[in-house]
Amino acid sequence: MAGASIMETLFQRNLEDLIKASRQQQVRESLFISKSMDEIRREIKSTDLHTKSIALQKLSYLSSLHGLDMSFAAFHAIEVVSSPQFLHKKIGYHAITQSFNDDTPVMLLITNQLRKDMNSSNQFEVSLALECLSRIGNIDLARDLTPEVFTLLSSSKAFVKKKAIAVVLSVFEKYPDAVRVCFKRLVENLESSDPIIVSAVIGVFCELSLKDPRSYLPLAPEFYKILVDSKNNWLLIKVLKIFAKLASLEPRLAKRIAEPICEHMRRTGAKSLMFECIRTVVSSLSEYESAVKLAVVKIQEFLVDDDPNLKYLGLHALSIIAPKHLWAVLENKDFVIRSLSDGDFNIKLESLRLVMAMVSESNVAEITRVLVNYALKSDPEFCNKILGSILSTCSKNVYEVIVDFDWYASLLGEMARIPHCQKGEEIENQLIDIGMRVEDVRPELVHVSRDLLIDPALLGNPFLHNILSAAAWLSGEYVEFSRNPFELMEALLQPRTSLLPSSIRAVYVQSTFKVLISCVHSYFLHKENVASSIDSGNQASEVPESVSQRKFPESSDLTSEAPACSEQDGGFNPRDSNQSFEDLSTENDGDVTVTHGQASTSAYSGKSSFTLESIVNLLNLVELALGPLSRSHDVEIQERTKNVLGFIDLIKKEKLNGVIQGEQNLAREGTEASNAVKLMHDAFSKELGPVSTSAQERVAVPDGLTLKEDLSDLEMICGDAQLPLLSSFSLGSPQYGEKFDAPLSNLQSKDESEPLKESTSLLAEHRKRHGLYYLSSEKGEIVSNEYPPANDPMSQDKLSDDAADLVKLTEQSVASKKKPNNAKPRPVVLKLDGDEIAVAAKKPELNSDMLSGAVRDVLLGNEALLTSSRSNLSDKPSSNKKGKEKLNTDLPLESKENLGGEEMPGGPASSRKSKQRSHGKERKHKSVGKNGEEKEDNSQKKETQKSNHRHGRHKARQKADGPLNVVAQTPVIPDFLL
Amino acid sequence: MIKSVMVMNTQGKPRLSKFYDYQPVEKQQELIRSVFGVLCSRAENVSNFMEADSIFGPDTRLVYKHYATLYFVFVFDSSENELAMLDLIQVFVETLDKCFKNVCELDIVFSYSKLHTILDEIIFGGQVLETSSTEVIKAVEEISKLEAASSAIALVSKSVSSWRSR
Repeated sequence: MAGASIMETLFQRNLEDLIKASRQQQVRESLFISKSMDEIRREIKSTDLHTKSIALQKLSYLSSLHGLDMSFAAFHAIEVVSSPQFLHKKIGYHAITQSFNDDTPVMLLITNQLRKDMNSSNQFEVSLALECLSRIGNIDLARDLTPEVFTLLSSSKAFVKKKAIAVVLSVFEKYPDAVRVCFKRLVENLESSDPIIVSAVIGVFCELSLKDPRSYLPLAPEFYKILVDSKNNWLLIKVLKIFAKLASLEPRLAKRIAEPICEHMRRTGAKSLMFECIRTVVSSLSEYESAVKLAVVKIQEFLVDDDPNLKYLGLHALSIIAPKHLWAVLENKDFVIRSLSDGDFNIKLESLRLVMAMVSESNVAEITRVLVNYALKSDPEFCNKILGSILSTCSKNVYEVIVDFDWYASLLGEMARIPHCQKGEEIENQLIDIGMRVEDVRPELVHVSRDLLIDPALLGNPFLHNILSAAAWLSGEYVEFSRNPFELMEALLQPRTSLLPSSIRAVYVQSTFKVLISCVHSYFLHKENVASSIDSGNQASEVPESVSQRKFPESSDLTSEAPACSEQDGGFNPRDSNQSFEDLSTENDGDVTVTHGQASTSAYSGKSSFTLESIVNLLNLVELALGPLSRSHDVEIQERTKNVLGFIDLIKKEKLNGVIQGEQNLAREGTEASNAVKLMHDAFSKELGPVSTSAQERVAVPDGLTLKEDLSDLEMICGDAQLPLLSSFSLGSPQYGEKFDAPLSNLQSKDESEPLKESTSLLAEHRKRHGLYYLSSEKGEIVSNEYPPANDPMSQDKLSDDAADLVKLTEQSVASKKKPNNAKPRPVVLKLDGDEIAVAAKKPELNSDMLSGAVRDVLLGNEALLTSSRSNLSDKPSSNKKGKEKLNTDLPLESKENLGGEEMPGGPASSRKSKQRSHGKERKHKSVGKNGEEKEDNSQKKETQKSNHRHGRHKARQKADGPLNVVAQTPVIPDFLL
Repeated sequence: MIKSVMVMNTQGKPRLSKFYDYQPVEKQQELIRSVFGVLCSRAENVSNFMEADSIFGPDTRLVYKHYATLYFVFVFDSSENELAMLDLIQVFVETLDKCFKNVCELDIVFSYSKLHTILDEIIFGGQVLETSSTEVIKAVEEISKLEAASSAIALVSKSVSSWRSR
């Protein structure tokens, strides 16, 4: 065995050999690699450290560049690190930083090795250990090694010191209590004469302040000094980044730094610093007009520069400032529009954003026209970017910028036809959304939908299927605005619909049903009118026998297979389609200019087209087209088809009566069929609309209902989300009532050909059985019908998806609808308060909370807590379970937090209050244990001064606050700076 | 904070990859591939930025520079300045150039560990600690000396293996 290991050592390939050999393997690289891996697995078990380390080095090479797993070597890496040879150590540490993570089981075995190397006299060994800690440090490593880091922070070697400073960042992140130990020394290093050290410290503060700027406000004077005095661009950039964060918290600070930043802008030749100044001004100092003006001048210099990088960054800066100073964009409008055709995708994208920022009510049509034309010419990717941004800009804030919705509806239709369009889903949503929200636009929407549906070419493009689904739904839902339902029906049933995915096909079938009901209903209505106008007294004898006789062949057709049916219908179809084409052409000739309002109102009165023959044709057409679908594998399609066919079956009996008895015999008015039609039509004529997401919240919880009893566990999770919802409650009272008028029964029956009664009775039964899950109400059981369904899992795709968003439009908006033509006022757009609800403020991470709390404690000087935590710290190494310690540190914080929360309103000036609320969580932490009177012994005079000052204030406030020993406080900037 | 440094050639073969937040190796390979997918489609003489949000998540930026057959890519977040990062790539390449005397792709292929040594002196755990290439070279040379001293035994096996590869 020993012999073998010597041979291995002698003949081991080193990394260079491996690379050379792998480069000679042109074809079978993977085979070579797996062979090398076998070799490495063998070598790494060697007892010779050198062999082991070479194997490890090869392994990390393969892992890093060829993606091979090296987690199996974790323990070997630790062995290699313990070697006294620097080379081995280096290889070992490299492997560890590359492969270790929080899940690595042997992680804690390196603690001692790290400590040893950190105390080494060789600065490069120290550096290796520090790098390792910064990369893989977890809470245990960070805690255990804090004393070593603390020592190294005052190392005499700059090489070690700068790395010790950098490592502090990851130590703080992992183990916030380290702040109490190291923070002071870190701050002291800001005074260092070595620019490298200062730059390292500022680098750390830049990272820290990104996460929680507020805690570092007290250090503003030090940062300010650097901002004014330093000539190092790298350092200045970092300081500017810090100030960009701080300035938005403290307006007085912003005022103070505006001038030095302008000075840098005027003076500097470095583009990086210039850009950082510009960015700081446009993002954080946008109230300071002179600074903004100067920044815009400098941006213009960037824009005209030949370097595409500067051009890009200039545009980027413009887009930051656009929301607050649109004039800056408008000033460069020409350049922005020209950049749309730049060769660089980034620049195009950035200028597109700017163009969209310029969109307003008055120019939205013009700009989108330009962009849509541009989209037609550009490559697919950018085309879709353009379409996407048009869609999102126009729909922003519930279609804020849109006045002319007819135009917008036709724009959507046009966008759907752009060849590269992949925004089907978004267009689908918006078509349906404006359909439900804006009543006035429905005729135009139906018109647009018809144009889309009728084009067989569109069915071949899978990206458009979603749009077609919306079009089908719209033309079914708002069929009363359709000028020619027969034509619509053909479009819905055309053979190429077989290209659609089944979910969308189901929508088509459902729309077919709606159109059919509408046609048949109009026919009955028409017949009724005719009957009453001619003579209702005309009493013809009923001929039941013949009815049943005649009925037989027809009904047998129905039940028999499709061929028989098609044979009979073959005669009708050509005629039918001819007719529709004629309609189409006449419509195109003259009708187009007719306003849709008129068209829709006249639709019913002039329905001479609803003759018996046309209705029979229609029925046959539907039956023929849907027949095969009744055996579809998709249950949605099958079910809906069966519904339609069942309905046709019902109607046909009635129809035949008509045929036999002649037009004048209308004695069977009250038959089952026409009743059913009426019922169905009523059901479908109820409108669908959006519902506020907070609708459920508005239903008052009745007495005696104990919802929360078993759900107390959930409360923790939901607690945050519920607050904003409830607060918005009062806003929406006007629409409140209507929200619940959309009957549930309506929704359900919509999708069933069963009579209404049945569905409600089923519902009642369900309610009886699962009463627990229903909202009980004083009015009794029927009331449940009036709640919109929360989220019906059985929902039949589009229709019921939207059914989750139900509401009835107000009567007023119907009344105001009458003037559809030019100079029209903006139509009513239904808004729900749910639309405005801001996203619940996210809960800040506990860890960073603890960090900022700790930083504040140190900065604001709290000896009592400090010492206690130090003693805590010294206790800790003895117990090695992580969980326990967490408890230790968490518990006191938590309990005090509650106290702080109660006290908050009594805090500082009212102008701060809003801020305070949004930062609630953090601020609570800040108030933790602020009662200490002893000041931290601070070497810097300024610090002492400052805290003196502040503590004076504290006392005063404390008295005012009463018995509770907690002070809500903001870090204050000393006045001498401001 | 710098999140990642990558060097890859124009065929998409990675030559150096370093991720300052731990990433599993499969993920690393995937990231390198997707970065290359975008890079290779970009023309010459366009800006050195790339939208990286879709690859690395929100609040990440990416700059790259194209030298001969190699792409140098730095990925970072909002606490770094884009133009300064471009300068830093320049510093890195300059340092390589000085270390290898007219650096070319082959040098980078064969000097895996030296490459990392150099990079580690410039970027420490994602933070930029040194921007002067002379300082970096000074440190790297000392480290190389230390390595050579401690690997005296290695010479034996090295000569053997070079004999074998003949």
